Amino acid sequence: MAHIELRNITKTFGANTALRGLDLEVADGQFFVLLGETGAGKTTTLRIVAGLERPTGGSVLIDGVDVGDWSAAERDVALVLQQYSLYPRYTVRENLEFPLKSKIRRVEPDEIRARVERAAKTLRIEHLLDRKTDLLSGGEMQRVSIGRAIVRKPRVFLMDEPLSALDAKLREALRTELKNLQMNLGATFLFVTHDQVEAMSMGDRIGVLDRGRLVQVGTPAEIYTSPKNTFVARSVGSPPINLIDGAIRDGRAVAEAGFALPVPARGEAGTDRPLIFGVRPEDLLIERDAPAEARVHDVENYGVEKVVTLRVGDMLLRATTSARQQLDIDAPVRFSWRPDKVLLFDRADGTSLRQ
Amino acid sequence: MAVLATLDPNSRAASRGWSDLTIRNAFILPTIIFLIVFNIFPLVYSLGFSFTNYRASVNRPAEFVGLQNYRELLSNPDIWNNFTITAQYVILSVGGQMIVGFGLALLLNRKFPFKGLVTTLLLLPMMLSPAVVGLFWKLLYDPSWGPINYALGIGKFEWLSNPTNALIATALTDIWMWSPFVMLLALAGLSAVPKHLYEAAAIDRAGTFYTFFRITLPLITPLLLIALIFRTMEAFKTFDLPFVMSTANVQTIAIRLYQMAFQSWDTGRASALAYIVLIVVLAITNIYVKYLNKVKER
Repeated sequence: MAHIELRNITKTFGANTALRGLDLEVADGQFFVLLGETGAGKTTTLRIVAGLERPTGGSVLIDGVDVGDWSAAERDVALVLQQYSLYPRYTVRENLEFPLKSKIRRVEPDEIRARVERAAKTLRIEHLLDRKTDLLSGGEMQRVSIGRAIVRKPRVFLMDEPLSALDAKLREALRTELKNLQMNLGATFLFVTHDQVEAMSMGDRIGVLDRGRLVQVGTPAEIYTSPKNTFVARSVGSPPINLIDGAIRDGRAVAEAGFALPVPARGEAGTDRPLIFGVRPEDLLIERDAPAEARVHDVENYGVEKVVTLRVGDMLLRATTSARQQLDIDAPVRFSWRPDKVLLFDRADGTSLRQ
Repeated sequence: MAVLATLDPNSRAASRGWSDLTIRNAFILPTIIFLIVFNIFPLVYSLGFSFTNYRASVNRPAEFVGLQNYRELLSNPDIWNNFTITAQYVILSVGGQMIVGFGLALLLNRKFPFKGLVTTLLLLPMMLSPAVVGLFWKLLYDPSWGPINYALGIGKFEWLSNPTNALIATALTDIWMWSPFVMLLALAGLSAVPKHLYEAAAIDRAGTFYTFFRITLPLITPLLLIALIFRTMEAFKTFDLPFVMSTANVQTIAIRLYQMAFQSWDTGRASALAYIVLIVVLAITNIYVKYLNKVKER
């Protein structure tokens, strides 16, 4: 397995700049998730690591060796794509054998059989081995495509939104399987997704990409609890974080929507400086004697919990509460927040004041 | 509202009392009539002729002779020789077209400047009239001042007067003319191969040849087979090029048929021969179609 490093990678397509000065490091055996919206440069980054795309500037290192001039084959990486990329007209077994049968590799037939069986067993596709790939369901196809990656024992696994085309239930199941697989193999994974749930639940580390720039790298907990700016704050968490315009006056957070709540004193936040307060829905509390008042705008019951949308003036805030709490639409409620969990961002550029 | 009502096709057709079925039949009828008059009627009529000694040049009623025409044709070594020449011609020209056409398609299946223009130019031979193509290749092949002999530096080589050479020369012309057709189909097949498959193969460390034989070829085989069916059918009944280029030297079955029907006016026997050709062509295409279905099922 291997360690990947990207140094100052820039990639342009004609007049478009896909990546700007990207630095990234994935440790050996790490599950690294690149999170970003469509067009953020996730796939481009992956393709550059795979050797399918040449960077306009910067260097790619695998295990400390600059692989800039190496072809995809020489880099010995495995790539799983969203669209499965199974070889048509072949059976599942032939697809799994494909990477082992290439002349460059020379694997003994017995070894090929053993590896295919092992991969099939790991992914629970043994019963499909002799079936043609066009008769498989989406989930089965994606398993085969992952299987084709693991039979090879590559140095790095690259995955480009492998779960996006699957339905919700299957996605959840494969998420767990993939994570287990990575831990059992001890493999280095670079996983690209736009789905923050995948990033949070699978990643050892998450890198958040915004328009070709890597904004923040950290563990899921770091990204969730101390985002560097409002973009990162918004990109993880469901329901999303509440971002409230306001300022600090007399040691209290005064929201422009018309309520004031306590915040721990922080010198750099200053008095009257335009700020954005960031509060996760679970840190917004609906309590009888709380200082601020709102009306219930909407209630979504998820069984485990309820997501309540509160309306204060023109502003909507989301809070999660116990599913047992009875709330009526348009009823007045009182709310507060956990002051120590409130994040402060500068309103001009969105950067966190904690950094 | 009134305007809208008149624009509605249903109400208009309905107001004239035409049902969907009537309209459908009205469209189908001309085709059916055309087919019956020009295809089905002659087909049946000539089947009748093939059992008679009818001669279109003589004003005498046809006499029924049973299978005599077929018997004589099939036991005539000359006819078998015509079939052999035709087979040689088919193998040479269709084989050449498949190789050249597919090669061109592989060359064109990438990005380069003026790709559209180059493709269009390559398609030109196919759009020319066979008579024109035949005539100017006849000039190119001219033994004393033809550019081909000049370019190859082979003196006064006789391309068209000797039957063996004429067969090769005509087949070469056919290859020139019809390779673009194979190219077009192969190109359609190649551009339909998803690019991510090649990327997956590159990642899987498959070599160029391995990728070609394991991905490209299996995926475009159906289209290549269709090209093969069309070209074989056409080449088997080829008439125009040999006729224009070397009137008597390339004795394909179609040339023989023409001579029998319109020079000797042996109408009954020619009809029988035409039926034999039809059966052979049907048999060959059936083999291909069976194979094509098998390839598609895989």
